[in-house]
Amino acid sequence: MTAYIIRRMFTGIIMLIVMSMVTFLLFFSSPVNPEDFACGKNCSPALKAQTKKALGYDEPVTTQWVKFAKGVFVGRDFPDDPALKESAPETIAECPAPCLGYSRTTNSTVTEQIKEAWPISLSLAITAFFMWMIGGIVFGVIAALRRGSIIDRGIVGASLVFYAFPTFFIGLFLYKFLAIKWEIVKIPEYVPISEGGVSVWFQGLLLPAFTLSLVYMAGYVRMTRAFVLESMGEDYLRTAKSKGLAPRKVLYKHSMRAALTPLVTMAGLDLAGLMGGAIITEQVFNYPGLGKLAVTATRNFDLPLVVGIVLVLAAVVIVANLVVDLLYAVIDPRVRVG
Amino acid sequence: MTSQAPLLSVKDLKVHFPTQDGIVKATDGLSFDLESGKTLGIVGESGSGKSVSSSAILGLHRGTSAKVSGEIVLNDTDLLTISDEQMRRRRGKNVAMIFQDPLSAMHPYYTVGNQIMEAYLVHNKVSKREAKTRAIEMLDRVGIPQPDRRVNDYPHQFSGGMRQRAMIAMGLINNPGLLIADEPTTALDVTVQAQILDLLQDLQREFNAAIIIITHDLGVIAEMADDVLVMYAGRAVEYGPCKEILTHPEMPYTWGLLSSVPDVTGDTDARLIPIPGLPPSLLNPPSGCAFHPRCTHKDKVKGNLCKTEMPELLPGNRGPEHTKRCHLADPEQIYFTEILPEIAPDLVEEFAEVNPDGSVGDAEPVRSSDAAAEAEEKKI
Amino acid sequence: MTDQTVTSDSGSAKSAEQSSEFAASRLAGGDGRDAILEVENLRMYFPVKSSGVIRRTVGHVQAVDGVSFQVPAGGALGLVGESGCGKSTTGRLITRLYQPTGGKIMFEGKDIAGLSPKKLMPLRRDIQMIFQDPYTSLNPRHTVGAIVGAPLLIHNVVPKKKVLPRVQELLEVVGLNPEHYNRYPNEFSGGQRQRIGIARALTLQPKLLVADEPVSALDVSIQAQVVNLLQDLQREFDISFLFIAHDLAVVRHFCPEVAVMYLGKIVEIADRETLYNHPQHPYTQALLSAVPDVKQAAIGGRRERIRLEGDVPSPINPPSGCRFRTRCPLAQEICAKQEPPLLQIGERHKVACHFAGEIGQHPTKPVTARLLGIDDQGNPDPGATPDPNAVEQPGFADTWYDVQGGHLGAKA
Repeated sequence: MTAYIIRRMFTGIIMLIVMSMVTFLLFFSSPVNPEDFACGKNCSPALKAQTKKALGYDEPVTTQWVKFAKGVFVGRDFPDDPALKESAPETIAECPAPCLGYSRTTNSTVTEQIKEAWPISLSLAITAFFMWMIGGIVFGVIAALRRGSIIDRGIVGASLVFYAFPTFFIGLFLYKFLAIKWEIVKIPEYVPISEGGVSVWFQGLLLPAFTLSLVYMAGYVRMTRAFVLESMGEDYLRTAKSKGLAPRKVLYKHSMRAALTPLVTMAGLDLAGLMGGAIITEQVFNYPGLGKLAVTATRNFDLPLVVGIVLVLAAVVIVANLVVDLLYAVIDPRVRVG
Repeated sequence: MTSQAPLLSVKDLKVHFPTQDGIVKATDGLSFDLESGKTLGIVGESGSGKSVSSSAILGLHRGTSAKVSGEIVLNDTDLLTISDEQMRRRRGKNVAMIFQDPLSAMHPYYTVGNQIMEAYLVHNKVSKREAKTRAIEMLDRVGIPQPDRRVNDYPHQFSGGMRQRAMIAMGLINNPGLLIADEPTTALDVTVQAQILDLLQDLQREFNAAIIIITHDLGVIAEMADDVLVMYAGRAVEYGPCKEILTHPEMPYTWGLLSSVPDVTGDTDARLIPIPGLPPSLLNPPSGCAFHPRCTHKDKVKGNLCKTEMPELLPGNRGPEHTKRCHLADPEQIYFTEILPEIAPDLVEEFAEVNPDGSVGDAEPVRSSDAAAEAEEKKI
Repeated sequence: MTDQTVTSDSGSAKSAEQSSEFAASRLAGGDGRDAILEVENLRMYFPVKSSGVIRRTVGHVQAVDGVSFQVPAGGALGLVGESGCGKSTTGRLITRLYQPTGGKIMFEGKDIAGLSPKKLMPLRRDIQMIFQDPYTSLNPRHTVGAIVGAPLLIHNVVPKKKVLPRVQELLEVVGLNPEHYNRYPNEFSGGQRQRIGIARALTLQPKLLVADEPVSALDVSIQAQVVNLLQDLQREFDISFLFIAHDLAVVRHFCPEVAVMYLGKIVEIADRETLYNHPQHPYTQALLSAVPDVKQAAIGGRRERIRLEGDVPSPINPPSGCRFRTRCPLAQEICAKQEPPLLQIGERHKVACHFAGEIGQHPTKPVTARLLGIDDQGNPDPGATPDPNAVEQPGFADTWYDVQGGHLGAKA
């Protein structure tokens, strides 16, 4: 088991290294010069060159990457110029480890920005996750049990509608009616738990989390329904019935256990993906999470910020993958991790 | 098949499945009786309705779209008239079932012990600890080595034969009067099959249970069954004492089953005579006798009778216990002159001497089950 | 096993005439023809990986471990055994779906065991396979015509225009309607699908067909149709068969010669009359006694059943000596110490057992001890010299060991 985890972590680290390289390469193959954006409006060629040097873009890609990788572990200065640090320390931006880079457009370290945006995305993701899991499983099971009935068709039809509509549409729609017109829910706003307590935190989250969960719920309803129906055709369910077990026990102990296991894999990965930011939802509700940050960074060609976000996201997915696999070994005795 | 009230009596059982294309008559008028301690073998190919009928006895079609009619009288109660809850209480207690593939018939996420205990706990007010003791006892009884340790294993940690033993333990834990075994050995190797069949026979003697064994393998039937029921297209086409049916089959479909399977003894030059064509559609069965499109003897019946009229299940020339669904006037003569000499020329004389009651020649009638018991199993 | 040249004294007068014409190097089929396939000491070990950080190979599944046999040209050899005995692996090795760990596969005198995929290409035409499951072995998205015709296109045998007529001809040969070439596999029943699989295998006019459980997934009434079809094809096209099945009765019906496998080894091989009527290996005896026999049971004559206890041991760590000893009612000390060689004990009969003998007549002392240079307990016997001829060979020799007498025997 431990050996397995070590092996998986090892491959995970290699994947992260490759990911960072690919992101670097992709970014530099684009036709835009990032220093144009960092330099600002009143840009002279001299200033531009200076910015380029400060950002380190004057060096070859490989060197930049090596410096970046080193910075993650020991931290670095921008620009990396010891002489300048001696003469004018105020022009130097320090970036302590783990340094993912320094963003000139916002004049702060990437690590700091991610630290700020991360709890917001995490709150959103986890709240939405619980909403769609509960809704998805409940409606999915109901649809499966009432297969072919009006209830089933209604649930499946509704899930198709939510699946088909774009998130921004559902989001704006709910925003307009629920929050502004009827004032049923609070206008979404992120308040950390440390400041306003759980209740305020949750109320501010409710609308965006609900919007986000609707889209995912649609998929989970359909998957749950399919898995429950599949498990009902299994031989072991016939065995359970032929033992004389009560229908409820057949459903909860035998059918659901088998049906929900494959959901674990998907749920884990979906949650991990969302932790990296829900781009559209955050945009619609003006939620300053990782997704919004990523969009801004890309728009500004803020290479360090983009690379930093991509890497954090990749790391989350890799860890989630491992957790899901380990969890699977716990719930399915046939899977022996080793 | 005696006058005493049987444990199970099925009368005119029909299981129909309505589909978009019409009604699939999976079982269409099946009747048989079974006494305690006796074994009925139901033979047929896939789609003949043999598994559907046994599921009906267990009430497994309840809550589906299937229409079940007729009578299934078990211990003087018609199972088709009682409520779902009453049926549920009988499942596993009065009638139990074991299935073909013991790997897929067991839940992969629960231990073997857990699943056996569950069958006991649902019908008995006992503690989990008592149920576990009972499960271990049953595992020991069906020949699982180290049952107190293996009780905590998952199904995938058992071999195929052990899984089927565990299924039998689960089926018999409440000492049911009737055990339905649906292809219990089809997924197993021959030596394991032999072990399982032996075990079933031992347990039957011990518990005096009635067994319905459903199979496509006439060899299994020959070893296990007292009575045989041959099914084709949802109906019984031949029914009678095992030995009688196997030596004096009177229905061409039964001949086909016997002649299309080679034996490990007998003549290697003997031909296999396959049944031509394919099993019929149950949605749109052939007119008249369902077997007539594949029957090579229908020309021996005058007129177009086989095509136009469904024969009734009636006794032929061999006495009241042997019934068949066929228009042929003298099937015995055809079998002994046309079929048997082709498939087992060495056995023609021996078969001819078997009487309808299972005795041989002019000797005192011997019950076939006694004969089987005499063939004692020895180790070399 | 000293003189391997077939002389005119082999078998009946009829076969003697034929064999002189073919000048066989070794006595092969019952009619004395050459062996089309000769397998010698074939081994297949699948590695088992450890669970450490670095995945070392910690053991091997010895799926096939030193198997030797011959398939006579135009003849059929049956390979029987229970699941996990290595019979299917053997079939896949011969069609070279696997790369063997060791041993020789001589096809028409050429060793194909180590050939590269490229060099195997022409051989794939000559050796074809029929699979067990007609439901999963045909691509559901291809028409029957595409499935049957694909080998013609891959091997570029006939011009594109001629593919369809050839496909229709093949469909007719296997008893399907030639007009159905543009249908999909799901429009056919199980038996018909198996016919499609057979047509596909026949497309390139193979010389050897490896049939792996070709009828076991089919309904009984359909099994006979397919077995008869295979027999007709064999006669018509002179195809040799390696017929792999667990159904002893079907194998007996199809194959004049049968080999019984247990845990990766052949334990007994003989012509069918000898194997089924006078088996000498306790496993063969148990296997045969376990098969229910409809017609015998019908007249009350159930044969004595030999019960085998327990399960087949793991092929990762098979028992020492004789692999069957853990379940063998005859096992003694020598069986754990010394593996019994596959000894020829009759004209066409080989058996691997220290106590070979018919049911109830097994000798009390190991018959093999003297040949192997060991004493009756399996310890090396300084006084005895091992017989250098007690080595496994694929075919049958003119001389053999008389187990009862314990000396070198020969044909009368």
